[in-house]
Amino acid sequence: MAMPVFRPGDDPGTNFADLMRRVGTGEPAIAGHADALGPLPHATTCIAVRFVDGVVIAGDRRATAGNLISHRAMEKVVETDRHSAVAIAGAAGPAMEMVRLFQLQLEHYEKVEGTALSLEGKANQLSMMIRGNLQSALMGLGVVPIFAGWDRRRAMGRLWAYDITGGRYEEREYVATGSGSLHAGTAVKMGYREGLDRGDAIDLVCRGLWEAADADSATGGPDALRGIYPIVATITVDGFTRVDDAELAERYTAISDLVRAPQTATPDGATIS
Amino acid sequence: MNMPFYVAPEQVMKDRADYARKGIARGRALVAVRYADGIAIVSENSSETLRKVAEIYDRIAFAGVGKYNEFDQLRVAGVRAADLKGFQYSRDDVDARSLANQYAQILGQIFTHEMKPMEVEILVAEVGHESAGDQMFHILYDGTVFDHRDYTVLGGDADAIGTRLAESFTPELDLAAAVQAGTAALGGDERQIPARDLEVAVLARGNGRRCFHRLADDQVAEMLGGDGPSDDGAAEGAARRPVPADTPPAGHTNPDETLTTDDADSELAPGGSSGSDGTTATTADDG
Repeated sequence: MAMPVFRPGDDPGTNFADLMRRVGTGEPAIAGHADALGPLPHATTCIAVRFVDGVVIAGDRRATAGNLISHRAMEKVVETDRHSAVAIAGAAGPAMEMVRLFQLQLEHYEKVEGTALSLEGKANQLSMMIRGNLQSALMGLGVVPIFAGWDRRRAMGRLWAYDITGGRYEEREYVATGSGSLHAGTAVKMGYREGLDRGDAIDLVCRGLWEAADADSATGGPDALRGIYPIVATITVDGFTRVDDAELAERYTAISDLVRAPQTATPDGATIS
Repeated sequence: MNMPFYVAPEQVMKDRADYARKGIARGRALVAVRYADGIAIVSENSSETLRKVAEIYDRIAFAGVGKYNEFDQLRVAGVRAADLKGFQYSRDDVDARSLANQYAQILGQIFTHEMKPMEVEILVAEVGHESAGDQMFHILYDGTVFDHRDYTVLGGDADAIGTRLAESFTPELDLAAAVQAGTAALGGDERQIPARDLEVAVLARGNGRRCFHRLADDQVAEMLGGDGPSDDGAAEGAARRPVPADTPPAGHTNPDETLTTDDADSELAPGGSSGSDGTTATTADDG
């Protein structure tokens, strides 16, 4: 592979996708419908919530292909740079590739330009990448991510929801995406209040994913048997930090205790063991 | 058809080389020194914004002397080549040797075929997973590549600076001592370069995925010690400071992203972020 050198005025600048096209390694155009390929892995529920020190972003671990579980330990929440993350829902193949390209685009920009993109610039960049995937989305390979990060200019956590055409919607409180987003989003909505602290915010997203897993077959719940818990991370002024599995196990034990108590009694008072 | 005057190829090459050397000698020099945990690159540069030293990839840095626009163009080409290769194959497949060869091709091609050679000398440095994997490639305006082990000098007055550095260099220096040695060699006996006129960056081994960091002026000043590079006591004190704690974190974000001035103190080191899988294999195979 030759080193790419361009003339001034003919230079792809900081745009990595454009650079790939220019050196001839871009993706080929495809036509047809993805249904012809049979069931493909899909990633499902992700949520993000703002709290007092930043944002919490979380996603379950299940990928489904049709009615089958295709992957139990998928990582849908990805650190894109030190102060931002995406969580993806949609066709897993294009989604993971998009995230990889997005991560690289942020780093590429930073290295070429000598300074990093602003958080809003990153959100816009992702919007354009989703828009670029519209052709595939129309064929059934849509990708619908969440973007969250710490804005160093404004010293606050921010989060964005997207639609399949690249529409970009900044939210003040929380966002949810994927097949279980209705249930997860409702649970988070019920529990949300201004000024949540870290622990409360993590509990809230855990509960949201729990409710989604409870009602949506494509969303995976905490799997104590295999030790697989959702990916939960906080993004604060100190950057992206994964919440470790031990802490999640503890929080999920508390949630299951909470959920179990009222269900042990039937309406006529008989106790179910 | 116009017949050009015949000029002997020896003369053409000599003229071009003289031209390039003159251009390079006008600028300030730059040194790279291996230390125990990586490679320190010290250059004389009073600008806070126009950089001579930059990050190419996770373990690879670039440095250039001579004409800024020319070596900056080469820097961007290197970033592109590295990012393309890392995306197409794997992050582990990006190595300094291959980049150095590509640079040499470009510089050699321009030297022989274009009207004007590039008035630059560049350095491609790679920090290995272990000390033995550290590599430095020094590439001249005509595409000549030198492979250096412990230190290298780019730019005008390189011979004198190299001689001074050879005297002060010892293996397994700590960072502060390496920066002192580099600064002293650049300045010589009669001149003490103040920290604000230095651009210092390191490739620090084991500091997360992205090894490249810039050192802030106050960090450099502290390493040089108030009394100058010859003060051994101050040097030892500075050397004991744990480097990763006060260099900005090694995550995805460049320290340059810093918009507020006070956030370099509280950042936690991110261990290994995505991409660093703890492999100890060096990328330094020469096969």
